[in-house]
Formats: sequence, C-alpha cells, structure tokens
Amino acid sequence: MSEPLLSVRGLSKEFPIRGGILNRVTGSVRAVTDVSFDVAAGETLAVVGESGCGKTTTGRCILRLIEPTAGQVTFDGVDLLSLRGAALRKMRRHIQLVFQDPYASLNPRMTIGDTVKEGLTIHQLAEGAAADRRVQSLMEEVGLRREWATRYPHEFSGGQRQRVGIARALAVEPKCIVLDEPVSALDVSVQAQVINLLQDLQRDRGLTYLFIAHDLGVVEHLATRVVVMYLGRVVEMATADVLFSEPIMPYTQALLSAIPLPDPLAPRDRIVLVGDPPSPANPPSGCVFHPRCFHPDKDVACTQVIPPLEEKAPGHWAACIKQPAGTSDFFLPAAALRSRRTAASPAT
Amino acid sequence: MTETRTHPNDPLLSLRDVRVTFRTADGLITPVDGVSFDIARGETLALVGESGCGKSLTALTILRLIEAPGRIEPGSRILFDRRDLLTVPDAELRSIRGRKAAMIFQEPMTALNPVYSAGEQIAEVVRTHTKASRSEAWTQAVAMLGAVGIPSPEIRAKQYPHQLSGGMRQRVMIAMALVLNPSLLIADEPTTALDVTIQAQLLDLLREAQQARGASMLLITHDLGVVAESAQRVAVMYAGQIVEEAPVVALFAAPQHPYTEGLMAAMPRAGSRRERLTTIPGTVPPPGAWPAACRFADRCRYAWSRCTTEAPPLHQLGDGRSSRCHLVDEPARRVAAHDMVGVTA
Repeated sequence: MSEPLLSVRGLSKEFPIRGGILNRVTGSVRAVTDVSFDVAAGETLAVVGESGCGKTTTGRCILRLIEPTAGQVTFDGVDLLSLRGAALRKMRRHIQLVFQDPYASLNPRMTIGDTVKEGLTIHQLAEGAAADRRVQSLMEEVGLRREWATRYPHEFSGGQRQRVGIARALAVEPKCIVLDEPVSALDVSVQAQVINLLQDLQRDRGLTYLFIAHDLGVVEHLATRVVVMYLGRVVEMATADVLFSEPIMPYTQALLSAIPLPDPLAPRDRIVLVGDPPSPANPPSGCVFHPRCFHPDKDVACTQVIPPLEEKAPGHWAACIKQPAGTSDFFLPAAALRSRRTAASPAT
Repeated sequence: MTETRTHPNDPLLSLRDVRVTFRTADGLITPVDGVSFDIARGETLALVGESGCGKSLTALTILRLIEAPGRIEPGSRILFDRRDLLTVPDAELRSIRGRKAAMIFQEPMTALNPVYSAGEQIAEVVRTHTKASRSEAWTQAVAMLGAVGIPSPEIRAKQYPHQLSGGMRQRVMIAMALVLNPSLLIADEPTTALDVTIQAQLLDLLREAQQARGASMLLITHDLGVVAESAQRVAVMYAGQIVEEAPVVALFAAPQHPYTEGLMAAMPRAGSRRERLTTIPGTVPPPGAWPAACRFADRCRYAWSRCTTEAPPLHQLGDGRSSRCHLVDEPARRVAAHDMVGVTA
C-alpha cells in the first residue's frame, strides 16, 4: 500500500466514571483501547462491531469531536491531534462527517439550502450567488431538486434528509468522509438508493470513506477493507473478501454466522454466542472475548495474555493466541462458510 | 380450563377486512385498509413491510390496543379461537390478553415498567390471570426467567429494567409473554433494537419456545433475513394493504408482487459486492397520500396505464399464494420489461 491518507496509531479513549457526593472520579470506561489502522486514499474502510464496541468513539476521536486520551492520528501527513484553533478548523474541511440520524443531525430552523451553504461560508469557499449556485449543483448531485433549497428539514423523508447530510459534507470538498451508520435509520428500499449514491460519489470524486456500521450486509457490499472491534479493541482486520470468507478470530466468526440470511433454504449452522458483551467499565482480563469464546483450545492463557493484533496472513490481522480456523474441525471450515454465503445470492 | 372443540385445520387467528382509521387535521386516513389473513395452529406468519405500511397497527388491532383518535372500523372481524375479539366484552378480552394471546414489543425499555423488578412484572401477569399466590407467582416468574436463558434468575428477578442489558430486557419481555403458555404470540420487531449476536440468540429462543409449546406466532418485521429464518408463511404489506402472501420458500424463490421483488433486489448481500443495487425509486408515501388505483404504481417498474386507473384485487394464485397486481392478468408484461433491461444493458 502506498502512503495512507489516514493513519491511526495506538488510539485510546477513557471516559471517567464519577460518583459520590463529591463527584470524584471513581473509575473509568475504556471505550477505545490501542486502536491502529490505515486508510488508503480512495478506499472504503469499514469499522464494524456491536453497540458499545467503540466504533463510533473511534470515528469521533479521529475528527477530534472527542479528545482521545492517547494515540496518534495522521491525515495527509499532518498530525491531527496536535492541531489547535484555526489550523484544526481548516483541517476539518478535508475530513467530514455524515451522521446516523437524519432527523437529529439537521438544524430544524435552517433551510436545507442554508445548511448545505454553511460550510462554504465558514471555509470561505464561495459567497453570494456563487455559493447559491454551488448549493444547487450539490443538491442535484445527491438527487435533490434545486428548488427544494428553501425548504426545511421536516418537509423531507428520512432518505432525503440523509441526502442533505451528504450534500453538506460534500460542500467543502473533503478528501475523506466518516460515515457513521449512514443508512441504519432508513428503510430497505431507500437504503439501497443512498448506498448507490455513496458509491457514485466515491467513484466520481475519488473520496475516501471511513464507514462505521453494524449492518454486515451493507458492509460486505460497500467496504474494501474491514476492521472488527470488540469491547474497544481491534480484534480482526482484513480485506472484505478475505474477512467474509475466512474469518480467523472466533468473535468475527460468530458475528458473521449470526447474520440472518434472506434465504429460507440456507443451512442454519450458526454459532450462537452465550451471554452479553461484558461492560467496558470492567473488561475481562487477557483476551476481552474469552468469557464468550467457543474456541476448543481456549485455556488459562486466554484469561491472562492480551492477544496482540498479529498479521496471520499477508494483510490479514487478528488478535487470537490460538491456531486459527482450518486446523480445527470445530470451526466452520472457511470454504463451507463461503459456499453458504454464495448460496444466499439473489434467488431470482 | 374449558376445552374448546376445534377442527385441527381451523385457523387459530383470522383477520377479515380489518380497517383502522385516524381522524387527523388533514382529514380521515386509513393506515390499515382491508387486511385479511389466517394463522394456523403452531404456525409462524411474518408480516413484512417498511415503516408506515401499517404492520404494527395491524398487530395492535388484534388485541384492541388502538387508542383514540384511532378507530377500528365496523365490518372488521378478528376471529381468535372462534371468538370475534372486536365484539367480546372488555372483561373477556382482558382474560385473553396475556393469557391466550401475548405481545412482545420492539423496545423493551419502554414496554417494561421501570419501577417494578423483572420478577414482579412477570409475577403480576401470573397473579392477574390465575389464582396463584404471591409466592407461587414469584417462583413461576423465576423459573420462567431461567427458561428464557437468563443466568442466575433468582438474582436477576430482583433487578429493575435499567439494571439489565438490552438483550436481557428483551428476554424478560419474552418470559412475560410465555409465562402463561399463550396459544398466540404477537412479536412486533422483537429483535430490531438488538445486536446481531443477541438477535441470533433470541430468534433461536423464540423458535424453540414456540415449537415446544405449539404456539402460533405473528412476527412483525422489516428484515427479510429474519423472515427467512423464522416464518413458514409471509404476508407483505404496502401502504395499508397486503400486496402479497406466500409460503416462505416460494416467496423467496419467486416473489410475485413488484414491491416484494424490489425489496429483495434492494438488499445488499453476498454476490452483489460493489455493484449497483437495484432500487425502488421514490419513498413510501404517507397514509393520506396514497395513489388512488394501485398504491405502488408510482414506484413500480412495470406500471402501465391500467395501474393508475383500476385498483388491482388480491389475486389468488393457488398453493397459498396471492398477489395484488395486474401482472397476474398480463404476465407477458413482466417478461417484456426484463427483456428490455437485457437489451439496454
């Protein structure tokens, strides 16, 4: 890989827990622990995991919407975490965010035209009639009619509002967009429209996406590479093709096998995990996944050693100290898993 | 226990021409407009559709949980165990709710009472419907929490909803629904708010509990993956109407209604990687803005003049299938539309 556009190293975020009448810090939640990954220009890196795994916090730390406790974030050769004031604002132009909830993330008192224009004004990219023209062409680019610029968010459906959010992010011509669950709140038929739009924009503008999501169907469709997080840590990282066909880490295997397949004839050979994810305020010792792990070789070492994220095959990283799939009959052999997934291809 | 004589093929639940209206500032709307379906004993029927299609309202109608300004229109019939739930006296309805037919809601945090412990809420169901004493009801509640897979149920029973995880709260809801062995479970998006590994646990739990008890289930969902895993039959709703009904395997093999076809094609899945997804243009219209003839006509890739002038009936296709589409009369038009795509591609 050439020089990455975005590089994250050892990113950690602890939130203090306060309690008692003096509101003293009584503990901390380690929302993100030692997260490292690179995003190449033009690719879509998906960060996946279940609620509370730290994927959203990771995204916000990169944008400095939350100040990380430790780590390094380099964007286009610039150390983002050292920037202050005007320099930081200037940098934000190049890395934008699209939020999950299209209802909460637009200002209800601003017309959508003004919402899209705000970034242009702040970054002094265009003024007056030129700005209005830019807004109109942006709206058309995301599939909204230009005459809708004078309308307010409540006049739009969820899918249309998400298009407004995308137009707002695009207005400042960023290189990279952090997409935080951009289609989770949308109905299936509308979700497909927005996914297509995101793909078109990426192709036309050479955008880089950091795609935060829990819906693995959407991730498999959009992502070029995938980072899997569990309890604040990266547990596996690979290209989408490899990750979806040959997952190594037991958690990833369980996560993939839990996806309900839209095929009533698909075999139900899923791995059902026992219990809930533990609290990030009190994470398990050793491998954070060990209390729920079903690996046949799981032993006392798993409860003591924090497994490092190792490159098990070229470009395929996983955090597990045991021998991966293929050496044990217990796992779904990778080939079977793959055929099971292709069996779920469109029926018509 | 009164033994009702029923024919084994008699459906447990039959909805006939159910209509729900709401009086709004913009006039009268009919978000559920003439819905009919049957659920056999022991069967799971999935009611599928996108937000605003009327699927959840239909579920609420069954136990008469529609509140003003909503109104279940006269002429609607809901036969449950041969009793019309829309005409039974309130006292009888109360004895059916929770005991013979139980509901599981999407959001356990709002459906559970925050000031009662998990065990108290389940025990209350038992005490309301049976003569069990306070301690008997508590014992039953604890046993039920264990049966739905909650570890150390004695301790968990004493905890309040906010002390439980989302998955655990949904297990409490399921325990509440199952504790009196109802013959019908109505589950409204029971796993939508949950993570995928927890969803897998709960779908298995629901299926096992239902099979062990021989209960019927109405499963309301928007997720075709959940449908494929859990249901025997499927009814697809769009704009207040059922547009297609079919056994699950047949539906996924060859959806008949263009809306069902569009929904399935719009799902990202293996094999479609980084290609363009087929989309349904436009958005689901709100009640009150539905097209007059076929309600899907403005978004349909096959629509022709007849679709905007004449409302299609729900055509019966045999083998338990039906489709509310004029294509049933003119199937050549579907083939022609596909050929045209082939030529331009």
